[in-house]
Amino acid sequence: MKKIEAIIREEKLDAVKKALEEKSYFGMTVSEVSGRGKQKGILLQWRVGEHRVDLLPKLKIELVVLDEDVSVAIDAIVSNARTGETGDGKIFVLPVETVVRVRTGDRNEAAI
Amino acid sequence: MMSINQADTVWILISSALVMLMTPGVALFYGGMVRRKNLLSTMMMSFACLGLVSLLWVLYGYSLAFGTDHAGIIGGFNFLGLANVGQAPSPVYATTVPHLGFMIFQAMFAIITVALITGAIVERVKFSALCVFSALWLTLVYSPVAHWVWGSGGWLAKFGVLDFAGGSVVHLNAGISALALVLLLGRRRGFPQNPMEPNNIPMVVMGAGLLWFGWFGFNAGSALTAGGLAASAFVTTNTAAAAAAFTWMVISWIYRRPTILGTVTGAIAGLATVTPAAGYVSPLAAVPIGIVAAVVCYYAMLFFKSKLGFDDSLDVFAVHGVGGIMGMLFVGVFASLAVNPAGADGLIAGSGLQLLKQLVGIASVGAYAFAVTWLLGKLVSVTIGLRVGQSEETVGLDLSQHGERAYGGFLR
Repeated sequence: MKKIEAIIREEKLDAVKKALEEKSYFGMTVSEVSGRGKQKGILLQWRVGEHRVDLLPKLKIELVVLDEDVSVAIDAIVSNARTGETGDGKIFVLPVETVVRVRTGDRNEAAI
Repeated sequence: MMSINQADTVWILISSALVMLMTPGVALFYGGMVRRKNLLSTMMMSFACLGLVSLLWVLYGYSLAFGTDHAGIIGGFNFLGLANVGQAPSPVYATTVPHLGFMIFQAMFAIITVALITGAIVERVKFSALCVFSALWLTLVYSPVAHWVWGSGGWLAKFGVLDFAGGSVVHLNAGISALALVLLLGRRRGFPQNPMEPNNIPMVVMGAGLLWFGWFGFNAGSALTAGGLAASAFVTTNTAAAAAAFTWMVISWIYRRPTILGTVTGAIAGLATVTPAAGYVSPLAAVPIGIVAAVVCYYAMLFFKSKLGFDDSLDVFAVHGVGGIMGMLFVGVFASLAVNPAGADGLIAGSGLQLLKQLVGIASVGAYAFAVTWLLGKLVSVTIGLRVGQSEETVGLDLSQHGERAYGGFLR
């Protein structure tokens, strides 16, 4: 079992969600996060003048899949979250030790 | 005994309520511009004035400002605790409305003037120190200055300085006092290297809207009668706000994009600037007044914050100080006896004398307010301390001063 953490552009959530659902990955957790990378922030304006905000709002999608499903899920995310500009985000894949479904107590593969 | 005019009475009471609403307006306007951790504390600084200043005003503030004159400097104690301030009109002030109506109208001006100052010192001033300072400032700065300019026998009033609704008493007074406090208090930790983003611009916009709305009571109410002069001041006020808001929008557009934070700031600059002139100049004079207000306040803000590095956090001096000074000068330029026979003719109507009188008003109110505010601030600073500690500032004043937070918990 692997956990996929994908940091994506806010406006790409719907497309990524839909693509994952089409590959039958329905469950996920989405959170609003701030971060920075090569995009180096954006300029915002004050009453007068402007200032650089270097932590930009992004969304983080977390989902847990079987080991053999990782590359399919990653492809679905990458192809739908990409614009080609800096700021498209990153994907991290982590090993998962245990998964428990709270409602039934099912464990691991049965709980994904 | 003077007789009560019911229309005037209705207008002065409605205007009082309108001006009262401006102080929560300031709370929203300022609150939206600070960081999230200081939102409540910033709003509290305004709202606390409604409590504190209202009380002091009825106990003795009104008496010091509008009581029987002593040497043109200060009012006497004859209105202490509202003694002799009743349902009958005053023989001197607003002679067609109950004296209590005039008193409460003036109370709302005192409240908002103190509230305006707080914008310069948010995010670092200690709340207890602010309360003590506010009480001292109302007593030793606001009440005397109000007496000089508006009190019967006040020396600036006798000298012929014209201030229709508070360009000197409210805006210059608050703006220059804010500057004195900024010099004493220093910058917020992290200013200017860390950007301090407004936490809620929609809140700022709502606050500005309430201020614009309340300003009709402030300026048109200052006619003290429900007649043509009130209508003229009303139109002048709206026109100046509109011209300044539009101009600020265009300036920010020329540099980059038309921002709403800039547009509402422009509106407030226009309103502050037109305040002393509202009932002395023609409604059309408000167009150049508004345009100049926006241009000058814009560059004043850049100059004080970016060039000089003053952390006047919400630009109280650049908007109210500079606006108040400009507005007082505009009286000397645009005033016309055709608009208000109780006013004067300014430069355009053919007389330069009023402009000189206005300069005396600006210099004396400005110098007095700056000096006394600095002394009062210093006094508070060496006794109970003016500023919160380092960790209190870092965690935010909402938690450290008030034990509250603006947005609590999860959905539950």
